[in-house]
Amino acid sequence: MASPAAPVEKPSPSATNQPSTLLNFEKVSIGFEQPVLEEVSFKLARGETKVLLGEAGTGKTLILKLALGLIKPDSGRITVLGEEITAMQERDLFSLRRQIGMVFQESALFDSLTVEENVAYRLIEETGDITDEIHQRVLEALDFVELKETYSLFPSELSGGMRRRVAIARAIITQPQVLLYDSPTGGLDPVTSNTIIELVVKQRDVYETGSLLVTHRLQDAFTMASHYFDRKLNKMAPVEPGSSRNVHTTFVILRDHKIIFEGTAAELLRSHDQYIREYLS
Amino acid sequence: MGVNASAIVSNRGEQENPHIAMAYFEDAVKERVEAVQDFSLLAGRSLSNLFSPPRYYADTLLQADLIGVGSLPIVVLIGFFTGAVLALQTSSTLQQFGSLSLTGQLVALSMVRELGPVLTGILVAGRNASGMASELGSMKVTEQIDAMRAMGVDPTKKLVTPRVIATVTMLFFLSIISDFVGLAGGWMISYLLLGLDSNQYWTTAYQALRFGDVFMGLSKPVVFGFIIASVGCYYGMSARGGTQGVGRATTQAVVSASVLIVVTDFFLTKLLMQIFHY
Repeated sequence: MASPAAPVEKPSPSATNQPSTLLNFEKVSIGFEQPVLEEVSFKLARGETKVLLGEAGTGKTLILKLALGLIKPDSGRITVLGEEITAMQERDLFSLRRQIGMVFQESALFDSLTVEENVAYRLIEETGDITDEIHQRVLEALDFVELKETYSLFPSELSGGMRRRVAIARAIITQPQVLLYDSPTGGLDPVTSNTIIELVVKQRDVYETGSLLVTHRLQDAFTMASHYFDRKLNKMAPVEPGSSRNVHTTFVILRDHKIIFEGTAAELLRSHDQYIREYLS
Repeated sequence: MGVNASAIVSNRGEQENPHIAMAYFEDAVKERVEAVQDFSLLAGRSLSNLFSPPRYYADTLLQADLIGVGSLPIVVLIGFFTGAVLALQTSSTLQQFGSLSLTGQLVALSMVRELGPVLTGILVAGRNASGMASELGSMKVTEQIDAMRAMGVDPTKKLVTPRVIATVTMLFFLSIISDFVGLAGGWMISYLLLGLDSNQYWTTAYQALRFGDVFMGLSKPVVFGFIIASVGCYYGMSARGGTQGVGRATTQAVVSASVLIVVTDFFLTKLLMQIFHY
């Protein structure tokens, strides 16, 4: 794992008057010739991280795109930050999306822009140029993902793991209330994957951002459920056995278009469901 | 009972085949209608975006440079030789009627009303509609357009509208340049090969042009520019299926834009001829 950056301080909570439920899926169904999701319902609370698990093609990424309003469901209601997005026009969704950060599966960095321009993209949209303040914020965001020195490089000059970390920096620079991670460790080596998961845990525990995380790596999911970010040591540390520390991480397993499990890591391990036992093994 | 099973299967097959064929036909029609609907929506939004912020002036200037300045050498070259060959081809016919002095008039009318805008439009379609489709298509298949939407940025405002404004504006000026160098090409042939007087060539060329001709020549690039940019952006934004899909989108953009330019040219010419009583 890479050496951690400078110790971070917990920011002052900026959204105390915001709704406690960040995301609410109510009986959401969608299909493309074949059904993909059928009457899927779940809630994401403030500060909570939900890990979406399931086989390929079960609609995990689709849930993230539905949450962003990039795709409309065939039926059901999706409420994001207190606003029902299923009834909103694309134009109205843009302002809401600025409060949500998304890390795409393949990073989706703009290949013709530098790392700095990528990370500052949202801020440049508001100001029109990279000001000194924006430059400083970019450096802070890159420092968070331990890539401060790469700001002048282009995405093609970075490794796969570095691109994911830049994508995380881009997603968190505006301190969104909700973060959506689409397989942030997919295709990466175990060491780099661990670095990425440490960043996700850091974001969860330091900034208390609600997030949905799609992953195929059970190891990542259990690392998130069994570790916390120690601000004094400035690194991820395991939760002591018997500790009352709540890592605010729950698991959701999708199968055959539906949610077949929703609960904590301990509840998942206690499950007697045949499919879940096989999935975990 | 004496019923032949293969006959039943055969009969069923014959009954089902028309249904399957009908279903395919329905799907194909729906797909086309949906494509027209999506294109109309994108084209409409690219125009309505002009009236609401944010406006991307820097992106528009960048596109204007790529489309206008980038296409200038090829437009000048093609325009010049089109005018030259037009003078060359028509000279023998005009000479038969003893009207060689009308070469300037013929080149001017042909270039300004038709060849200047259409040839420039097709050239810019080949060069820029393909560029737009491949650039936006690559962005689409690598989720960069989704990332843009996810960050609260409207891709039609950021990517489509600047390209539409830049193409319409630049094609307008490129057509004027093409008209002029086409006339120059015609003059070169008339003066050097046909032995016409320079003054006579330019005077007949100038005097032949009426307001309706100039209006026709200047209104066509505006329409063609809109077609090139909106078609190029539409195919790029709807690209699917990785690099192969981007290649397909690029080809479709060039073919559709070129065909649309030629077809639209006919109807536009008919309409303008009626308006100006030709």
